[in-house]
Amino acid sequence: MAGFDVAAQPTEVRRRIGFAAQDATVDHLLTGRQNLVMIGELHHLGKVTAKARATRLLDEFSLADAGDRVVDGYSGGMRRRLDLAATLVADPEVLFLDEPTTGLDPRARNELWDVLDTLVGRGTTILLTTQYLEEADRLADDIVVVDHGRIIAQGDSRSLKRQVGGDQIQVVVSEGIRLDDAARILARAADSEPTVDRSSRTAAVATADGVASLAAVAAALHADGIAVEDLGLRQPTLDEVFLTLTGSPAEAPDATEADIPTLAPATEARP
Amino acid sequence: MTTIPAPDAPGTAGDDIADQGARVPHADRRGSALHDVWVIAKRGLIHMQRQPEALSDATIQPIMFVLLFAYVFGGAINPPGDVPYREFLMGGIFAQTIVFTAFGVAIGIANDRKNNAIDRFRSLPIANGAVLGGHAVANMIKATLPIILMSICGYIVGWRINGGLVDAVAGYALLLAFAFAMIWVGVLLGSVVATPEGVTGIAFAALFPITFVASTFVPLSSMPSALRTVAQWNPVTTLSDALRLHFGNVDPAIGIAGPGPFSPAVYTWLWIVGIIAFCAPMAIRAYRRSTTD
Repeated sequence: MAGFDVAAQPTEVRRRIGFAAQDATVDHLLTGRQNLVMIGELHHLGKVTAKARATRLLDEFSLADAGDRVVDGYSGGMRRRLDLAATLVADPEVLFLDEPTTGLDPRARNELWDVLDTLVGRGTTILLTTQYLEEADRLADDIVVVDHGRIIAQGDSRSLKRQVGGDQIQVVVSEGIRLDDAARILARAADSEPTVDRSSRTAAVATADGVASLAAVAAALHADGIAVEDLGLRQPTLDEVFLTLTGSPAEAPDATEADIPTLAPATEARP
Repeated sequence: MTTIPAPDAPGTAGDDIADQGARVPHADRRGSALHDVWVIAKRGLIHMQRQPEALSDATIQPIMFVLLFAYVFGGAINPPGDVPYREFLMGGIFAQTIVFTAFGVAIGIANDRKNNAIDRFRSLPIANGAVLGGHAVANMIKATLPIILMSICGYIVGWRINGGLVDAVAGYALLLAFAFAMIWVGVLLGSVVATPEGVTGIAFAALFPITFVASTFVPLSSMPSALRTVAQWNPVTTLSDALRLHFGNVDPAIGIAGPGPFSPAVYTWLWIVGIIAFCAPMAIRAYRRSTTD
């Protein structure tokens, strides 16, 4: 880990890691600032640096106003943000985050994602687990899909998506009555059977030659006078990947076992 | 609200979030074990300050006992020899209060486990034993609070130190040493019992009787003989009696004997050594186990 042996040099490893558990581990009788300063001091940053770092992190995580209040009075989201700020106090080389965005509102989540992007840009390795496949898609360079405790797939987001069929042409028609006509056009262009969803007036078909087929479909739709709401080439979502890989679309994945640990390795060469 | 401005160190202004800490290379972040212990002790002291109700075992409760026994029960109890009851009482109250040091430690450790604080500490590069050391230091500091309060409160109700200065200092030293032994009892209790509520229950079920089946509040001569034998060897008795001797609250014509050939102070020191030797290794093992599951 970060070039050190976990068993033989645990302190060297601990100097370089940050860890956020699923439940916030901040001290609820201390203020936000006292929490961060304490952790900085326990990382031996020195009192002055620890204090400056605390101020900085409180600002970054929109906790500047709450910094001198006792954590007991914080909302769940604030506690979560403080917990994450705490993991960043020591500027870790490797960061472990267990479902970091659970309980965050979209703005806070985007802020966190930006912070993670910045860290990755600087060479930090991040291992995070998430239930939100969208999040894995957005952040991860390397994705490991775990279902019921077993690794069922591994790779980057594109290669995982290729496993379940690659690009699709998808068309949403304006009038449901023309859906079958659109589906026929798709079938002709891609030479395979399209899937049709009547409730969303959507037809989709897998394609091998992407843009060329898309152009042909667009021309044919226009020629037949079919009004289109949306037409495009899209990749399957990671949700579809997960459901295809686990083969049980009806069964909700188990909360703990369906985690998607993702690795964003600017420093992947490190063991 | 105080805001600590970020220092205008060169190269920090406007940099990204990860920048400031990066100025201290990881390998240069060395700190002594004592520093870690003190940082965690400070946290413990803030906890006490934030929960004044948790300090009641060191503040209100002993004062209440002084007043209760001095003015309510005291008239019915006759200490041996020519000593006013309020002088007799104080050694016992000091002893009882110090025994409850264990309670505060146990609650602190049980809370750490409940609040996942242990997980956080385990991910930090701190010295082995710094968390326990921090609890110990914070609780030793806490233990001085009731000792001071009791001394003042006792003085007000008529207790006096009648012995010499050296004897008085020896009495206070004995109290602090006993507090240190009780810290290990607390670590053991806090590591073995699953919840803070459980700790409270056990403290009342175990610590209270131990402090009452002793010469804390009544002379042993008033107890039936079987109970008297138990009470004689009870460390709370030897501590109470040793304090009475050190503070000169005993009729010199009668004195107080220990349960055997030695003086109560000798037995108390033996108890202290024994409790630490027995409880500390077991407590550390139990604490390690409780934090690794």
